Amino acid sequence: MRILGISAFYHDSAAALIEDGRIVAAAQEERFTRKKHDPGFPENAIRYCLEEAGAGLDQVDHVAFFEKPFLKFERLLETYLANAPRGFASFRAAMPVWTKEKLFQKSNLVKSLGQFSQSGEIEGKLLFCEHHQSHAASAFYPSPFDEAVVLTMDGVGEWATTSVAIGRGNTLEPVREIHWPHSLGLLYSAFTYYTGFRVNSGEYKIMGLAPYGDPRYAGLIREKLIDIKEDGSFWLDQSYFNYAGGLTMTSPRFHALFGGEPRDPDTLVTQREMDLAASVQKVTEEVVLAMARDLAASYAIPNLCMAGGVALNCVANGKLLRDGSFKEVWVQPAAGDAGGALGAALAAHYDHLGAQRKADGRMDAMSGAYLGPSYGQKEIEKRLKAAGARYQVLSEADLIGAAVEALDDGRAVGWFSGRMEFGPRALGGRSILGDPRNPQMQKTLNLRIKYRESFRPFAPSVLREDVTDYFELNTDSPYMLLVADVQEKRRRKMSAGERALFGIEKLNVPRSDIPAVTHVDYSARVQTVHEQTNPRYHALLTAFKERTGCPVLVNTSFNVRGEPIVCTPEDAFHCFMGTGLDCLVIGNCFLNKQEQDEALARDYKSEFAPD
Amino acid sequence: MGSLLKELFAYMSARKKWWLAPILVILVLFGGLLILAQGSAIAPFIYTVF
Repeated sequence: MRILGISAFYHDSAAALIEDGRIVAAAQEERFTRKKHDPGFPENAIRYCLEEAGAGLDQVDHVAFFEKPFLKFERLLETYLANAPRGFASFRAAMPVWTKEKLFQKSNLVKSLGQFSQSGEIEGKLLFCEHHQSHAASAFYPSPFDEAVVLTMDGVGEWATTSVAIGRGNTLEPVREIHWPHSLGLLYSAFTYYTGFRVNSGEYKIMGLAPYGDPRYAGLIREKLIDIKEDGSFWLDQSYFNYAGGLTMTSPRFHALFGGEPRDPDTLVTQREMDLAASVQKVTEEVVLAMARDLAASYAIPNLCMAGGVALNCVANGKLLRDGSFKEVWVQPAAGDAGGALGAALAAHYDHLGAQRKADGRMDAMSGAYLGPSYGQKEIEKRLKAAGARYQVLSEADLIGAAVEALDDGRAVGWFSGRMEFGPRALGGRSILGDPRNPQMQKTLNLRIKYRESFRPFAPSVLREDVTDYFELNTDSPYMLLVADVQEKRRRKMSAGERALFGIEKLNVPRSDIPAVTHVDYSARVQTVHEQTNPRYHALLTAFKERTGCPVLVNTSFNVRGEPIVCTPEDAFHCFMGTGLDCLVIGNCFLNKQEQDEALARDYKSEFAPD
Repeated sequence: MGSLLKELFAYMSARKKWWLAPILVILVLFGGLLILAQGSAIAPFIYTVF
């Protein structure tokens, strides 16, 4: 039984393919088209998934779409009616999109899928899954648990913005929902918009900015914007927002409340934006924690699964884990809408077809999220040769030795190995690596390689067996979705002068033995590396530890600001030649920047619009 | 268009939202007019809640 899942036409289109419940492949369309958050029909991702399964669409039994377009349209119409005559501008923008395309999604899907089918029998295979059902399925079915509370929170799907289901065996029973326009995701996005970042991609920046600020607006947010009930449910005062009927996120009343218009993205981030970020982060954490506590008390199930955009808030996830209301927390690595493709396929398999499911209580079914394309050594060499690269082919041991030596020398290394990750995080498949002990590494990576804002923190990869030695964490965090503090013994005491620094000035002060991955509040977004899921990356970290005594590496995604993470060896080589990266490892090929043809260097920085 | 109407009918039966039928018809027609008036269907550059 093969099922293809599709998420498309909104943002982060993706495809996933499962075979008898086993996840065979999953990938986001942006990686192939090189267009960040590509919302189009995921033609390339589908082609890849089918190739990986060695099948055509005719050998696929069902195609599951991640949401129900009519229900979304219903929500739109009812919202416009409720807001009329206000909201006409939004209505005028939305209706052509719907009447021209989105209402015909079923026939458009059939038409677009036609290229993969000889028989043309597609319509009968199509299934539509609700948006939050897709998220919930992506959170529960691949999790290691037989029983769990499943919490999904995002901007909005059809009507639901937050949903709770109880997962048992092969079933998901919905038990609670919060409906549009009351949405924790949209509250966070409103602040993303107000602080001058791009909605749907700048939320990470708010989370990264929050530790620089003081949550002095949290009281105001609680008092005016959001009414949080004891069980964590909430209600947003819509007079402060404009997303339901207008074309902006926030209303003039919101601006008056916080004392000014939204920040112009071309102006500098100030302490005010940092304080706003800290405030909305704090309130978000309060809601998530209150909800989790109530769910734990109500259902007495020790496991929690999460998905939806809010579940990518790894700071909140870390606090939730430390809070201890749930013994185990598992977050779908592709928690955003891309993961809906996988969720829709899994929902079709278990909810619709009633297939049996076995969870072993230990390992999840995500294969470390390494579900994308990989390239054999011969293929890599062929592609690199065609691109004009100069490389050495090394044995596994020599390759790891060369990479470790470069890292210890303070050089930044592009690491392209095995299958590409599914989800927004690079986990050692398509990563840029650096030495976390180097106090200059954060600045170097941000400004010379990634071309992104200098305040943004970097995450550590650490050997699972050494995680407690460096971080206040004693659980698996293979998907970089938990934030934990650096161990007290690894921290460096601040002088009085250093403590008095404000905002981004704090960044220049080394705060621990591993300053490049220690945020200003001593936190770190930890990825634990496991021998079972990524033996090669595990071997690299082990060799780095043997040489330096440090089992940690800086791990950031292999891309520049605004660029999707690299997918092919060519993408990696182009990024290598367009940035300050010093070395590149692809398969068993080792590339040094000094040895490359200078004529192949390119102005990479301006190739991608900032996100 | 025929299959769309069939699907809309099935949706309204399932959701018991018959009261939406006249609004749907008018809005779809109105939307059609808007297309004729402006020619392109491009979602605005904000949080596209649709």
